[in-house]
Amino acid sequence: MKPAKYSLLASSVVSAIIGIQVSSNPAPADPPAPVAATSYPPATHSAAANVRIDNFSFQPRELVIAVGTTVTWQNADDVPHTATSKGDPQVFDSGALDTDEKFSFTFSKPGKYAYYCKVHPHMTGVITVK
Amino acid sequence: MSNYIEKDANHDGIDRRGFLKCMAWAGTGMVWAMKGGLLSARAFGADASAQGADFTFVQVSDSHVGFNKGAYTDVVGTFQTAVSRINALPKAPSLVLHTGDLSHLSKPAEFDTVAQVMKSIKTERLFFVPGEHDYFVDGGKRYLERFGKGTMGTGWQSFDYRGVHFIGLVNVANISNGQTALGEIGHEQLEWMEKDVAGLGSSTPIVVFAHVPLWTVYEKWGWGTVDSAQALSYLKRFGSVSVLNGHIHQILQKVEGNVTFHTARSTAFPQPAPGAAPSPGPMKNIAADKIKGYLGLTRVDYVEHTGTLATTDSTLADEA
Repeated sequence: MKPAKYSLLASSVVSAIIGIQVSSNPAPADPPAPVAATSYPPATHSAAANVRIDNFSFQPRELVIAVGTTVTWQNADDVPHTATSKGDPQVFDSGALDTDEKFSFTFSKPGKYAYYCKVHPHMTGVITVK
Repeated sequence: MSNYIEKDANHDGIDRRGFLKCMAWAGTGMVWAMKGGLLSARAFGADASAQGADFTFVQVSDSHVGFNKGAYTDVVGTFQTAVSRINALPKAPSLVLHTGDLSHLSKPAEFDTVAQVMKSIKTERLFFVPGEHDYFVDGGKRYLERFGKGTMGTGWQSFDYRGVHFIGLVNVANISNGQTALGEIGHEQLEWMEKDVAGLGSSTPIVVFAHVPLWTVYEKWGWGTVDSAQALSYLKRFGSVSVLNGHIHQILQKVEGNVTFHTARSTAFPQPAPGAAPSPGPMKNIAADKIKGYLGLTRVDYVEHTGTLATTDSTLADEA
């Protein structure tokens, strides 16, 4: 599934709030929600979601979130994994996540984002942004 | 229990003064003896059965330097133990092949350690193919800088040694591209391989080494190579083809016509049998003093004139 095409105008508004971090620390406070960039309703609750990487699988494998939500992946396995979006251009790539390491990405565009693990590509997941 | 023949394809009753006693400790590697163009496998600690062989070579695999979890806290130590077993062989191997996952995370310090340990092996030449752990972080850049000399493309190569043609394939580059859930050799490398073997006489013994198994061991865990059949089709006319792989951290063997497939154990940690655990992660809940029981011994007996291999596995605990 290819990510939605970007509109330069719209993305310039929200690109400023895209944050990528890899750290062992918990994610910082939620970023501000995008303002009036789309007609989609804002998240009704906390704009954060978690994906646990465990037993060579993304849990949950499919996640539906609102625009502006920050998703944090955490690796609970003994071996390294990645969360890497499929398609071109690549939207996100965690790089190597060793045990307990985290990666966060804020989704600023609606769309279906299929992703996989670069070390174990039979591990796949989907983030649907509405 | 520790001495049964697991595979004896021919049952031809050939008396070869008994089988070669071949023991491979899981943390070490395999010794391959080449005699008359046919490959026989035996293991460390075997008697001087390499005497009379034209030459021997050793396969080590999956050293995963940098890994340090659970009971597997000294992967450099077990790697070094493997090397000391090699250096204690009565006949030094001519070549040593490392079939990938040299490192755990492709870190410069990890690769440096691997290079140091490998350099301490008494042998003529070292050869490497990458595993996905050597590739996914940076598309193989650091690996190729250190271990890619004399190779082509993503790190593939071929060479001849005393009449045997060796082909080192890379089937992990496309794994990190996300193009396939299995290993993949890819068109460019396949084309190269077809040309590489085109001029060889059919009696030339072929040894193929690559990280991910070149047959489908367990698709659900990605243990196979999506285009291996294409590669093997180029080798159909050859009388003796031996395929050596790593990746799955356990010994599996299959004989199919003229082709013998064999996977080596890791020098770092074992993985579960296909489908025997929820995931292919390192085997857990093994107490440090029990590791030897979960690693093990493999004896491989070779019936020379038929080119078949007979494998007998036992654990290190059995030996004690």
